[in-house]
Amino acid sequence: MGKLKNLNAATRSNLITYGMVIVLFVVMQSLAAAKAISSSTAGLLVPITAYICLAISLNLVVGISGELSLGHAGFMSVGAFTGVIVASMLAEAIPVGWARLLVSMLVGGVFAGLAGFLVGVPVMRLHGDYLAIVTLAFGEIIKNLLNNLYAGFDGSGLHLSMTNAQALGMDGGKIVINGPQGAVGITKLSNFAMGFLLVLFTLFVVLNLVNSRTGRAIMAVRDNRIAAESVGINTTKYRLIAFVVSAALAGMAGALYAQNFSSIVPKKFDFNTSILILVFVVLGGMGNIRGGIIAAIVLTILPEKLRFIGDFRMLMYAIVLIAVMLVTNNRTIQSKIADLRERLRRRGDDQAALAVDAEGGVVDE
Amino acid sequence: MGFLTNLINGVSLGSVYAIIALGYTMVYGIAKMLNFAHGDVIMVGGYICFVCMNNLGLPVAVAILLSIVGCTCLGMVVERAAYKPLREAPSLAVLITAIGVSYFLQNSALLIWGADPKVFKSVVDLPSLKFFEGQLVVGPINIVTALTCVLIMVSLTLFTSRTKMGKAMRACSEDKGAAQLMGINVNTTISMVFAIGSGLAAIAGVLLCSTYPTLMPTTGSLPGIKAFTAAVIGGIGSIPGAALGGVLLGIIEIFAKAYIGTQLADAIVFGVLIVMLLIRPAGLLGKEIHEKV
Repeated sequence: MGKLKNLNAATRSNLITYGMVIVLFVVMQSLAAAKAISSSTAGLLVPITAYICLAISLNLVVGISGELSLGHAGFMSVGAFTGVIVASMLAEAIPVGWARLLVSMLVGGVFAGLAGFLVGVPVMRLHGDYLAIVTLAFGEIIKNLLNNLYAGFDGSGLHLSMTNAQALGMDGGKIVINGPQGAVGITKLSNFAMGFLLVLFTLFVVLNLVNSRTGRAIMAVRDNRIAAESVGINTTKYRLIAFVVSAALAGMAGALYAQNFSSIVPKKFDFNTSILILVFVVLGGMGNIRGGIIAAIVLTILPEKLRFIGDFRMLMYAIVLIAVMLVTNNRTIQSKIADLRERLRRRGDDQAALAVDAEGGVVDE
Repeated sequence: MGFLTNLINGVSLGSVYAIIALGYTMVYGIAKMLNFAHGDVIMVGGYICFVCMNNLGLPVAVAILLSIVGCTCLGMVVERAAYKPLREAPSLAVLITAIGVSYFLQNSALLIWGADPKVFKSVVDLPSLKFFEGQLVVGPINIVTALTCVLIMVSLTLFTSRTKMGKAMRACSEDKGAAQLMGINVNTTISMVFAIGSGLAAIAGVLLCSTYPTLMPTTGSLPGIKAFTAAVIGGIGSIPGAALGGVLLGIIEIFAKAYIGTQLADAIVFGVLIVMLLIRPAGLLGKEIHEKV
């Protein structure tokens, strides 16, 4: 314990985060092994790990870099579809499931990172609301393009087309991505353990980045761009680093997510999914990695448990989102909360004092 | 004739975008916030009009009027409840709140009216105009939409330049602190802008649903985003800019649909926005603002 105290605050906080994730994994894994959780919850385990990775990676842009990105699902979909193509092409070359998933996640991450770079270069010239709307636009563009993407492979290699399945000119072989119908006939490779490993990897990348020289530069740009620029920080470069790393991690999570299902459509990765991930980050606390993880878990399981209230649950989402924003950002409400806390504390003190008085009375007698 | 038909449809759709964009641009100009929920006010306007006409059997004019009044009130309530407490907050917080309001409106509509699309009956019940021996058919709603857009733009321009309230709005968008020192009630003015913007959204909703007669809880979100795109292309904060951007975007969208493909039309529309922001971040008619330290 003495050693733990000597560590600096950041390292200790990171260790707590890793520890929390590992404990959660062990608990859930043993519960699943003992069949103590329902099959619907067990089916959520892989999506939860994917959402945790997405929340952590979006936190890098929204919380650490301070820019609102509304197109995170776009990068997720790039990773998802590249991952599916790679995995089905390597079906014979790498027969081991987890190794194939690993390769597909890596390639998915690289392509999503590439997409993030291509999007990021123009986007990083903008700030604030403009940046938000352009990331939204890019998210929609990516969804639209994937909606028109046809891919398949045969003996002669990979065929891609943007018109229709016939245009692939395939000689037998297998169609992997079929336009608006999305990826079909996916081999289910993802499992909870791989998801857990990806969460650890994502955490490792993001936490190390945040606590590095680069991370401090990114946060300096967030806190005051002009001041950061005046001390020689290349603001565009550091914002771009955060954006690309976040996109790549989202792509890896996308590859994991897609290979948990037998088919997946591009429409799944629309604006609403981007908002869903943003809600994890916002409710968990912007810049707070641990909060984002908890929010992702709770907000994925809760809607399943709340199925009985049906359409009201999305309404609840909206109300909670507005309420959290008002409570955390309005000065009047915040000072009222502080007042209330102060009063409660004082009442606690009074009661303690009363108790002391009562004891004193007993002694006097 | 195909070209002319597309052009007319494009101008008509663009006029709807322009009316929505006017609301966006005014709100952005004065409150410096991206009102994400603006698109959903359009949808609410459409539903109010639909309910008045189909369920209550009211005449068209009354239905439109009620829809405008309803949306105006809605806009002011939303501003008072969700945006006003965040006037001093960072823009990220306000934007997320606006997304929350947008979700709130969509899901309320889902609970009230259900997810199944409603078939909206056009508010303009006139025969189509035929030109060139019937080769070119112009729907009456297209003409009404374009005329409404011009009318709204002219009256808004006059309103902001001639009336006291309009001048107060311009003053607030320049400098809120200085405006307050001059005796302008900033809160009332901002509230007023939301009222006007939401009223315009109701008109846009009725016109949009008359042209494309399916009404769903998500009807407003994509046109809303595209209208914001139009406002940015035209130069945010500029009234003629919003109208110009809207019409341009409508034409681009219809032509992209006709000549390139329905699936890629949205990608092209958003592509135009990105190209525009890279070449001229201030928009076509916007003023460039230099950052001061």
